[in-house]
Amino acid sequence: MISPDRNGPLNLFTSRLEGITGAERQQAVAALQRAGLPTRRVEAWKYTALRALGQSSLSAPAALYDAKAARAVLDDVLSAQDSLASLPRLVFVNGRHAPELSVLPKAVTVTFFADTPRFGTAAAPDRDPLVALNTALAEDGAQIQVEAGVDGGALVLLSIGLGVQGSAFSFHPRHAVILASDARLELICVQAGQGAYFHNPVTDISVGSGAALEHVTLQLEGAEAVGLGTVYADVASEGVYDSFALGVDGLLLRHEVHARLGASRAAVHVNGVQRLGGSQVGDMTSVITHAAPDCISRQTVRNVLDGHARGVFQGKVLVEQIAQKTDGYQMNQALLLSPDAEIDAKPELEIYADDVRCSHGATVGALDDEQLFYLRSRGVPEAQARQILIEAFLDETLGLISHAGAQALCRAMLTRKGAAGESA
Amino acid sequence: MSQFLEISGLNARIDADGQEKQILRGVDLSIPPGEVHVIMGPNGSGKSTLSYVLAGRDDYEVTSGSVQFQGQDLLAMEPEERAAAGLFLAFQSPVELPGVNNANFLRTAINAVRRARGQEELDAVAFLKLAREAAKTLSMAPDMLKRNVNVGFSGGEKKRNEVLQMTLLQPTFAILDETDSGLDVDALRVVAEGVNRLRAPTFSALVITHHQKLLDYLVPDRIHVMAKGRIILSGGPELARQIDQEGYAKFLSEAA
Repeated sequence: MISPDRNGPLNLFTSRLEGITGAERQQAVAALQRAGLPTRRVEAWKYTALRALGQSSLSAPAALYDAKAARAVLDDVLSAQDSLASLPRLVFVNGRHAPELSVLPKAVTVTFFADTPRFGTAAAPDRDPLVALNTALAEDGAQIQVEAGVDGGALVLLSIGLGVQGSAFSFHPRHAVILASDARLELICVQAGQGAYFHNPVTDISVGSGAALEHVTLQLEGAEAVGLGTVYADVASEGVYDSFALGVDGLLLRHEVHARLGASRAAVHVNGVQRLGGSQVGDMTSVITHAAPDCISRQTVRNVLDGHARGVFQGKVLVEQIAQKTDGYQMNQALLLSPDAEIDAKPELEIYADDVRCSHGATVGALDDEQLFYLRSRGVPEAQARQILIEAFLDETLGLISHAGAQALCRAMLTRKGAAGESA
Repeated sequence: MSQFLEISGLNARIDADGQEKQILRGVDLSIPPGEVHVIMGPNGSGKSTLSYVLAGRDDYEVTSGSVQFQGQDLLAMEPEERAAAGLFLAFQSPVELPGVNNANFLRTAINAVRRARGQEELDAVAFLKLAREAAKTLSMAPDMLKRNVNVGFSGGEKKRNEVLQMTLLQPTFAILDETDSGLDVDALRVVAEGVNRLRAPTFSALVITHHQKLLDYLVPDRIHVMAKGRIILSGGPELARQIDQEGYAKFLSEAA
C-alpha cells in the first residue's frame, strides 16, 4: 500500500511500477516501495519539496511528438549560440532518441539504452529514490564511450521536453559517459522544453586515469516543468571531472552530483550558477567524496534570485581517512534581488583524514547601492545598471566554463532571463 | 536672466543610524556658463554632500530649496537623466566594479548618454578609437581599458579614470570632488589639463578642493567658502591663496 504521507508522491507512478520485469528494475521497485519518494522530512530533501509534481498520475510520454515544436526548441538553442550548430549532437525528445534531429559524432562511440540497456554500477538503485525511479522506468538514453587516448572533441546532448495540454507525463533517461584512460570529451547537456512534464535523468560517468571530461549542463526546462537530474561521477587517478550546471528555467529544478575521487591526484570541479525568478525553486546538491590521497576538489556556486524564487545549495565534502593531502575548496554566494527571494545554504565538511586543506564559505547580499549609483551617475538607466551588476556578479563563475561555445550559450541564456525579468 | 546653474536655499539631511542629521543648511550658489567655480571649506562642512545631492544620490533627503540647471528642475530628475542633461560628478572615492570591464563600462555609459541626447550610438570600433586617444592624452596605461572598473587601480589611476569618463561623456557641467587629493604634481597637471580641454563658453565646473596647487593649473573664476552647510564667503581667485596661507579659522570666526 503506497500512501502519499509515508511514500511521498510515489502514488503518481503506481500503475507504471506494477508488473515490471528484470532484476535491476525489480530491485529498484522494491527499494522505492520501502523508502518512497522523498518528503521534506528526509534530510537531503529538507529544502526542496516534490509538490511541484502535482496531483495527477504521471504516465509515459506518447509515442508521437510534435515534430515542429521539437525543431523549434532545437533551433532556438542553436540560434542563441550558433557555433554549437557545427557540433555533433544527440537529441532526445521526451526521453527518447530522435535520430532525425541528431548528428552522430565520429570520434566517439554512441549506443542507446533502448537497444542495449545498461544500468551501470555507480548509481546503485537504492542509493537515492529518484535514481531508483529512473532505474524502474528508464526507456532510453545515450551511452557515450571515448577510447583510450582519444580526444572526442565536443558533443551536444540535447534533451527536449514537450508538454502536452491535458496530459501529465514523465521521462527518465539513463545516460552513461565512459572515458577510457587519457581520453578527452567536452559534453554540453542542454535540457530545454516547453510546458509541463517531469524530466528525471540519471547520468553515470566514469573518467579513466589521466582522462578529462568537461560536462556543462543547462537547465532550460519548460516553464511548468520539473527537472531533477542526478549525476554519478567516478574519477580515476589523475583524471579530471570538470562540471558546471546552469539553472535558469523550470518550475522546480534540482541538479545533484555525486563525485567520487577514487584514486590519487584526481580532480573534480562542481561549479554552477542559478538565476531564478517568479516562484521558481532551484536546488544544487552535491556530495564530493575524497576516497584517495592527493586529490583536488573545487566548487563555486553563485545564485541570483528575484521575485519569490528560492535557491537551495547543499554541498557536502567527505574526506575519508585514507585521503591525506586533500585540497578542497567550496564557495556558495547568493545575490537576492527582492525582499521575498530566499537562499537556503547547507555546506557540510566531513573529514576523517588529519592532513588536509579544506576551506568553505557562503555569502548572501543585495546589489550594492554605491555601485548602482555610480553607474547611473554615468547615464546608465537603472534597469540596465542592475543587469550589468548581476552579470558582473556571475562573470567570474561563468569564466570557469572552459568550452567557449558552452560558456557563450550560458551567458546568452542568462541575458535572456535578465531581459525577461525586467519586462515582467 | 536665468542662470546656467542656480542653487537656492538648499537644505538636505541624511539618515545616519536612525538619526537624522542636517548637513546642508541653506546653500545659495549661482554658476554662470563658461566659468570654473571652487568650493573650499573645512572637513564636514557639506561639500561632498552638495556634490552628491546635485548628482542625485538618494541617501540624502532634500528638505527645502531648489536647483535649476539650464532651465530644468534638477532635483526632479533621476541620476541618469542628470547625466544625459550634461551633469558629471567626478567621485572623491571612485567606486570599484569587479567583473565589469572598463571599456565596456565606458561604451555603455557613452551610448546611454548619446541615446538620451538623441545622438547616434558609437559602434565598438569607433568607441575604441575615441577611448584610446583620450586615454593616451591623459597618460593612462593602455591596459586600463581592459581591466575591471577601478579594481586594483592606484589612487592616481582611479582619478585619471574619472577624468577619462568626463572627457568621453562631454558634460556641460562637471563637479570635481577632491579629484586632486592624493595626486602627485604630474597627475595633478593631467587632471587640470583634462578640465581645461573642456573649457568653453558652454561648459562650467564646480571644483571642490583643499589645495591651492590645483588652482595654479586650473585658473578659477570664483572661490566660495563653505562652512556648516552654507556658503559663508565668496570672492575672486585671490581668496584661495589667502586661505592657503592663513587657513579657515579667520573666515569662520568672521562669519560667526
